[in-house]
Amino acid sequence: MNAHQLAGAAARLKVNIEEKSFRTSDGGTIEVLRDLNFEVGENEFACVLGPSGCGKTTMLRILLGLDREFRGSVQLPGKVQARMGAVFQEPLLLPWRTVEQNVRLALPTHLRDTSLDQLFASLGLGKMRGFYPSELSLGLARRAAIARALAIEPDILLLDEPFVSLDASTAQQLRHLLLGVWSDRPTTALMVTHNLQEAIMLSDRIVVLSDRPTHVLGTFDIRLPRNYRNEQVNADLLRAFREKFAGIRTEP
Amino acid sequence: MGLASAESDRMQRGRAPADRSKLTSPIMIALSFAVLLAAWHFAAVTWPSRSLPGPVLVFQTFLRETASGDLPYHLGMTLWRVAASFVLAMVIGSVIGVFLGSFRRADQFFNPWLILFLNIPALVVIVLAYIWFGLNEVAAIGAVAVNKIPNVIVTMREGTRALDPRYAEMAAVYRFGPLDRLRHILLPQLQPYIAAASRSGIALIWKIVLVVELLGRSNGVGFEINLFFQLFDVAAILAYALAFVAVMLFIELLLVQPLERSSTRWRRRAA
Repeated sequence: MNAHQLAGAAARLKVNIEEKSFRTSDGGTIEVLRDLNFEVGENEFACVLGPSGCGKTTMLRILLGLDREFRGSVQLPGKVQARMGAVFQEPLLLPWRTVEQNVRLALPTHLRDTSLDQLFASLGLGKMRGFYPSELSLGLARRAAIARALAIEPDILLLDEPFVSLDASTAQQLRHLLLGVWSDRPTTALMVTHNLQEAIMLSDRIVVLSDRPTHVLGTFDIRLPRNYRNEQVNADLLRAFREKFAGIRTEP
Repeated sequence: MGLASAESDRMQRGRAPADRSKLTSPIMIALSFAVLLAAWHFAAVTWPSRSLPGPVLVFQTFLRETASGDLPYHLGMTLWRVAASFVLAMVIGSVIGVFLGSFRRADQFFNPWLILFLNIPALVVIVLAYIWFGLNEVAAIGAVAVNKIPNVIVTMREGTRALDPRYAEMAAVYRFGPLDRLRHILLPQLQPYIAAASRSGIALIWKIVLVVELLGRSNGVGFEINLFFQLFDVAAILAYALAFVAVMLFIELLLVQPLERSSTRWRRRAA
């Protein structure tokens, strides 16, 4: 059976999923994940890169504890119960609560009265705290979702393609905002994406996944600090990645 | 910066539209009632009869019954019964409805019961309640609630089936407590269904309460109407009935509508 273990403080994220399959409507089974093993170090920002439909979201749901029907084990960082900041594909803000209420509701009890001024300001949400989600654009709603995930001071940050369906410039602006707030309070982060350039821009390590049944094809470590990365460097990294993982389908 | 200001522009536009259609103008309401009263008065004058008293006579009866204290007392008793059976029906019906909406097996098992209860005539429930539990307040209020509960169950079951599981998952990831889940996840999603059940509920319940009072209580509007029916006092019957309708209208206008407006203010207003 599966196990959601939690080790001592400041442990790494260890993913050891032996097998995960779904039952199809016609009675058969479809194997999604097989021997998916990787680790993410403390305060490391890792990206999981894989083709569409390979089970990235399924893996993330297992990490979030939303799917417990799998074989293997997952070890989350954190003391007793890992506090997880999640940014889903959809912002998933409660439409009947304001932006600020949405963020505050997620806070654990001891943080309930904390000031959110700085977080809102750094994400450019200062003036929108009293707005309802239906009054926000998708880009702003995503920012609010990121604010909620970071406000809880998470042990681990899990992001599921948080920049899809945004126009290129808004997505890029949001990536910079995310990097900014994450650098202010670094935490172990795992982002699922199918966008290679995004992965190269954001991560310390890229975990490359195969097609179904999904396992790890290899990892690509980027040891260069982010403030030294520029377009030229990113282009070089991209080339190096393509050499190492020739034949992998990735978005440009 | 340009992007941010464009976004705030978009939001300003989203906020602006006023909700004109929500309120019918008070002048129109007054005019409409005045025409109705005039027609009634005209009919009563044209065909003078004991069985059709004019609005003036009904109003005089209303004033006399109010001054004697009878009308406020009976009105109060009926209102109390309406409120008690309404709360009872809403709470029990919502709990069962959410339960049946959440568990398909239970729903399949209990659905025939539900259909049975939906189709038992109100009168039968009332008579049986009085026979089994005696001519008392508990039987009266219980009988009214039992008449309404199946309707609430059906509405709330539908509402529960329409719940978005993603909000529950978000709440699980962020470890919302049970009370927070109820207040911030479940109830807001069920709000339109609760509103629909309440609306139809109040209208149905007060009519059934009158029958309950007529059959087995010694006070309340229903009891009085039965009394005046035996005395053939149509003016008093109309005075009591209209007084109660007026009270229900005020509850709708001053309590239900403002509550509904405030609980749906997050919805983007249609232009």
